[in-house]
Amino acid sequence: MADTAPLLTLRGVCKSFGGIHAVSQITFDVYPGECVGLVGPNGAGKTTLFNCVCGQLHPETGEIVFDGSQLVGLPTYKRARLGIGRTYQRVEVFTDMSVRDHLLVAERARRGEGRLWRDLLNMSKPTPEEMDRVAATLELVGITHLADTSVNALGLGNCRLVELARALAAEPKILLADEPSSGLDLHETAEVAAVLRTVQRERGTAVLLVEHDLSMVGDVVDRTIVMDLGAMLAQGTFDEVMADGDVRAAYLGQMGLA
Amino acid sequence: MEQFLGFALPGVPAGCTYALVAICLCLTYQATGVFNFALGAQAFASGYIFAYLTEYQNWSGFEAFLVTVVVMGPFMGWAFDRLIFRRIANSNTVAKMVCSLALLVGIPNLMPVFFGNQNLDATASILPFFDPNTVYFTLWNTPINGIYLSTISVTAVVLVLLTILLRYTNLGLQMRAAVESRRLVQLDGVNANAVVSVAWMVSGFMASLVGVLLAPVYGAGAFTSDDYVILTVTAIAAAAWALLRSLPIAAAVGIGIGVFTTVLQGYIPPNSFWNAAVVPSIPFVVIVAALLILPGMRNLDSSRDPLATIDPPPPPIAAASRAPTMDKIIRPLWWLIFAGFCVSMLTWIPDAWTGVFNSGLTYSIVLLSITLITGMAGQLSLCQATLAGVGAFTAAQLANHLGLNLLLGGLLGALLAAAVAVILALLSLRLRGLGLALMTLAAALFFDATFFNTTSITGGSQGVPIQSKWLGTSSFFNFDGHAMFLLSLAVLVVAVVIVQLVRKGTVGRNLAAMRGSETATAGLGVNPTWQRIMVFALSGAIAGVGGLLHSMEARVVNPTDWNADISLVLVVLVVTTSVTTVEGAIQAGVGFFVTEQILTTVLPARIGASSLTVVLFAFGALTYAAHPEGVLEYQKRRWNQRFERLFFNRGSPESPELTPSTLSTSHANG
Repeated sequence: MADTAPLLTLRGVCKSFGGIHAVSQITFDVYPGECVGLVGPNGAGKTTLFNCVCGQLHPETGEIVFDGSQLVGLPTYKRARLGIGRTYQRVEVFTDMSVRDHLLVAERARRGEGRLWRDLLNMSKPTPEEMDRVAATLELVGITHLADTSVNALGLGNCRLVELARALAAEPKILLADEPSSGLDLHETAEVAAVLRTVQRERGTAVLLVEHDLSMVGDVVDRTIVMDLGAMLAQGTFDEVMADGDVRAAYLGQMGLA
Repeated sequence: MEQFLGFALPGVPAGCTYALVAICLCLTYQATGVFNFALGAQAFASGYIFAYLTEYQNWSGFEAFLVTVVVMGPFMGWAFDRLIFRRIANSNTVAKMVCSLALLVGIPNLMPVFFGNQNLDATASILPFFDPNTVYFTLWNTPINGIYLSTISVTAVVLVLLTILLRYTNLGLQMRAAVESRRLVQLDGVNANAVVSVAWMVSGFMASLVGVLLAPVYGAGAFTSDDYVILTVTAIAAAAWALLRSLPIAAAVGIGIGVFTTVLQGYIPPNSFWNAAVVPSIPFVVIVAALLILPGMRNLDSSRDPLATIDPPPPPIAAASRAPTMDKIIRPLWWLIFAGFCVSMLTWIPDAWTGVFNSGLTYSIVLLSITLITGMAGQLSLCQATLAGVGAFTAAQLANHLGLNLLLGGLLGALLAAAVAVILALLSLRLRGLGLALMTLAAALFFDATFFNTTSITGGSQGVPIQSKWLGTSSFFNFDGHAMFLLSLAVLVVAVVIVQLVRKGTVGRNLAAMRGSETATAGLGVNPTWQRIMVFALSGAIAGVGGLLHSMEARVVNPTDWNADISLVLVVLVVTTSVTTVEGAIQAGVGFFVTEQILTTVLPARIGASSLTVVLFAFGALTYAAHPEGVLEYQKRRWNQRFERLFFNRGSPESPELTPSTLSTSHANG
């Protein structure tokens, strides 16, 4: 990886809420096609960091560079069009819309479409190419059978898959997956892990994965970064960081170490 | 200094009344989660009945006080909670706002229906120790009478008592908790419904107290609900600066607005433009400033009931859920009815009824603009009548002064209305739900107080009569009812096609996505700001065209046809039928004028057919609580299901409402 340019670069990113340092001096790179796990106990600042990368929060200091573009100051939708896809810790689906429509929104948004005059001239019907791409993404995630179902009728597991499919429909260069297995059973978690491996392998999509299920992280990631109380605690391969004493203390506390 | 104090002092009692209502608004919002637009209407009803009892039934002020404030006020509050707001405790902000707006529109119109058109001038006092007509002392050349003293003393007592209730009692703590989630509080063993009922009763008592307290103030002139609406709007400005939370800040800002207004009035020449335009605009400027400056006002709707995910999703619209066989029958049937209606309009329907239907069709165009904003974008705009007025007045003035053809001027008027809508959209970029509703209401009232109050623009209370020569030399586009019908129908069809194309297009899909999750939509690459500006502009243009056509049918562009009150009525109308479908807008527009005409024909004049029509639709809008898809849409779905059971053996009688979505046992986040 070292001889290729990083896709995402974070340098000294800080974000605080009042007097609490939610993210403090975070610095790391993610390379194209790489899967990086971002783990840490609750309150470590993982989701806050995602929000800083996506533009939902603005860091006080530091720089975030994506694919050669400086992200600080860019609104969320422009960052998304650069190729940053995301799923959310708390599922964010479009109530009342079918699964296929979710992906169509993403498909159009990727190209920055949404011109009123095209709608008024009835030029906004989905094209066969768009429908094919949507169908391919549905198949990739394994939810083709749900295409015309309203998300109102889906359970949490399927909603997470819809969210994942929607993010992938935009064909991102990097996918920021925020606890994709939260609330899922073992079978569903395995499905999500398989999809992440597939998009990384077949599409060359980089993945930044926030996850509490460490066995899933160990299965999927190439490299792991551990955060605690807003700061980076360790980084390396999954086995390396899990053997680190500071990491074990952060996860298990002093009693666990004893 | 003495001059300044002489100007400032008369503002104190007025400010105290704003403070009282602002305290009421904060209390209701804190304790029930409802921004009670109907507070002014409650106050008006109590004041009206108080004045009626003291003036026509010869009751003493104290007896009337007991009935209206001690009995009626809490009862109204209890009834609001029990019959309406308890049913939508877990609904979104728009549902709660619609219901309180329906009450705001319905209650004042209910008074003439019950009591007839009375000429009331209340002068009785509720407090035996302060006589409104007695001057107790003079301070800085200002005579201090009983109204001053009673208003100030009641405000002080109320502020102290309510602050103690909310901050230092167990009941206050339970009220604040129940706002977030009644169901969650109940899991802790609290009778949340009773707690919220008490909050509504206290709020009702307060509203009635304000109404009766102010009856002698407003009763000196004509006793109308407009006074109470302006009072409420000014109080909203004060409550906004208190973030709908802090009672002392609300009271302080309310008194501040009162004092600032009288000081400004004192220093500005009485007959100047500034006095006419600036002074009435103060509350709206204060509201807009609060919405723009205070970050807290942008996040009023951000709290979510943690148990909201156990609620079933809303049912699909009737057209989407009916059987294909039914579809094959209903669609041709509608076309047949439509063709029959057109032929009838052009042949045998009498002129009086032609005018009624034309008014309905043109109103439908204005209502379609609400379908765009509320039905598709999920936001509540309370200034659609204003935008319609902008379109109508622009066309009329261009024809009057420049000789421009009225229809061509209508297009320019639509552009101007769209521009006004865009400015509003830009001002309210960060506002959602309640914030946006308040911003648009402030804009509507601002237009009422300034542009629509300028005789050179609106022709005064008589309005601008539309002249036939403004339509050019064409013999077709005259004021003949048939020509107006064809014109209105053509424009309505174009508007319907536009709305449908947008709904099915990328913008419509993006708006639907934003309704679900704006964060996720932006995260996909959709620019929410641009989508919102586009839909506001289109909505403004459609409202502008509809406004001109409706005024053409009325032969006059009158500011009273397009004021803030009408904006509220428009929302109530379209919500009653269906705000999500184009046929809902048409049914609301035509239904309103047809109902009014029928009631005018069959009811005695003293009841007031117009008032009763508004009341009927307002009650209809209250069903938004149970049927957010619209009561007409709900009935259509029910009848569809009945027919399908009878003729196609589809669905089961035991579970008429079951759909795939309602069958879901688990839901996202659940």
